[in-house]
Amino acid sequence: MTVETTPRIARVTVPRRGVRHDLRAVRVVLHREILRFLADRTRIITMTLQPILWLFVLGTGIGALMSGPLGSQGPDFRTFMFPGVISMSVIMTAMFSAGSIVWDREFGFLREMLVAPISRTSILIGKCLGGALVATLQGLVIVALAGLVDVPYSPLLILTLAAEMFLAAFTITAFGVLVAVRIKNMQTFFGVVQMAVMPMLFLSGAVFPLSNLPSWLSVLTSLNPLTYAVDPLRQAVFSHLNLTPAESLMFNPGISWFDWQVPVGVQLGLISAAGLVLLLIAAIRFRRAD
Amino acid sequence: MSNPAIAVQGLTKTYGKTEAVKGVDFQVEPGEIFGFLGPNGAGKSTTINMLCTLARPTAGSATVAGHDIVRERDEVRRNIGLVFQDQTVDGYLTAEMNLRFHAEMYGVPRTATADRIHQVLDIVGLQDRRSHKVETFSGGMKRRLEIARGLLHSPRVLFLDEPTVGLDPQTRAAIWGYINELRRHEDITIFMTTHYMEEAEYCDRIAIIDQGRIVVLDTPETLKASVGKDRVQLHTVDDAKAITLLKERFGIEAAIHEGQVTFAVASGEEFVPRLFADLKVTIRSVNVARPSLDDVFMSYTGSTIRDAEAGSPHDWMRAMVRR
Ligand SMILES: Nc1ncnc2c1ncn2[C@@H]1O[C@H](COP(=O)(O)OP(=O)(O)OP(=O)(O)O)[C@@H](O)[C@H]1O
Ligand SMILES: [Mg+2]
Repeated sequence: MTVETTPRIARVTVPRRGVRHDLRAVRVVLHREILRFLADRTRIITMTLQPILWLFVLGTGIGALMSGPLGSQGPDFRTFMFPGVISMSVIMTAMFSAGSIVWDREFGFLREMLVAPISRTSILIGKCLGGALVATLQGLVIVALAGLVDVPYSPLLILTLAAEMFLAAFTITAFGVLVAVRIKNMQTFFGVVQMAVMPMLFLSGAVFPLSNLPSWLSVLTSLNPLTYAVDPLRQAVFSHLNLTPAESLMFNPGISWFDWQVPVGVQLGLISAAGLVLLLIAAIRFRRAD
Repeated sequence: MSNPAIAVQGLTKTYGKTEAVKGVDFQVEPGEIFGFLGPNGAGKSTTINMLCTLARPTAGSATVAGHDIVRERDEVRRNIGLVFQDQTVDGYLTAEMNLRFHAEMYGVPRTATADRIHQVLDIVGLQDRRSHKVETFSGGMKRRLEIARGLLHSPRVLFLDEPTVGLDPQTRAAIWGYINELRRHEDITIFMTTHYMEEAEYCDRIAIIDQGRIVVLDTPETLKASVGKDRVQLHTVDDAKAITLLKERFGIEAAIHEGQVTFAVASGEEFVPRLFADLKVTIRSVNVARPSLDDVFMSYTGSTIRDAEAGSPHDWMRAMVRR
């Protein structure tokens, strides 16, 4: 039997905890997220089809409704929806990735991570980076459809979108992770996600333009963190379109606080700060969990 | 000579109103295979969870590999390997990737990782499956992979929570083969739980745990010798009558167990001739058994381990309790 002939095994020594060791843990958690994403074909397909449906079914439908008052020469409504659909895809993928913590807990794998001699925060950082990367990849699949809705394939635009998607996805994953660290089963998690994310999604400018809203609604939209994730994407796409000032005002109003137009840089800064704060709170909650 | 591998004092864990572990004390020597034997809900897994730093004790203290389980969690974690009761491998990943993940999480030196993975896969005989996805593995193969993973970082103490539950006899024997082999080759202490009596016999010492308390702790031989009574099982033409007569003539409490009239008596072989002479019921077959760990468990807790799980002790078992 093989057992009898086993040679003496070389002993290895587990190093004391340190930054390098924690970084290895971050990397391997991230690596696993990506392997798992790539292994799950069905998820990739549904996550790709869903936004395409939004874009071409909903987009075409609403576009037809709006063509009357706007006249026929305005931009295609699907073009308006394009950045919104990218955001939806990124948001959904990121939330799904965050949910993998709950999945890991349910299927036991989380314990394998929890007993390892590493800081629990590195597990969360790995998850957030993994979720951000996966969501960016998923978003790029939608970006690849740009030509179909008359958005030019400019390398600069694609790079800008990729970077902005990554930032937004990191923050959204961190939010999802914060929700997920104490939740014990997937149904509960998706219940919470639906409750929290759906209204935020609708008030973010991803689905309908935020111009000409009643003032109470525009207060809500400017308090909605997702608005700041969606607007940079829209600004990037619209800067590559040729629109009249009136059309820009209608479809790309930007975000203003009182009368100050919030620049994209500030929005991205807010998103990044939010991501770090959410991650921090999640880490504290995770460390306390039994 | 050396410090104990595990030292536990008054370890207690309560979940709300449930007292899962009610103050246990024991020591495990380096190189020992130490077994925790007890029915469902006895507190075995809860004890392991505390020792491996996943659950914080409500009271009491313990050291593992010389480190305190509350104040020196990281040190404890560096020195232990774990095979949990429930499966904890990632089915989406290959066997090798599961092991690589573990090696990275434990900071196994990069130069040693490939060799070490090769070696542990050899030990559990999964070399030819290394690049298969784990979801395609049978339960026994997953278990073996978990054992390989638990060994990957050369832990000084290996915790095995019911490592063989639900496996067929061959796989069980193979897993015991690995465990014995391990002990010969690696400088390792093994803490395991089981509710299979046959398995507890492989341990150097066992602690019988019931309802959160250690009832008795000793070597399997000493425990068996301490019971002193043999178990007699009869097949008769009229079991009910046999039970009544046993009570009347011999003052013995018997009961139907595993389909046979069962009772405990000192020196069973000498009792059997009297039985044939005095029991006015035709006996079809007799079986006398030396005390097993089953009997030990029964003698100390008043029920067999299986009945403790079912929840109702029989009279004949109580009769077996000396005291
Ligand atoms: N997380 C928990 N929350 C509440 N009660 C718990 C928890 N974990 C264990 N218990 C309770 O503690 C007691 C001991 O459970 P434990 O899992 O330690 O038993 P066990 O000896 O491992 O049993 P088994 O042989 O079934 O694995 C049980 O009554 C169980 O219900
Ligand atoms: Mg258990």
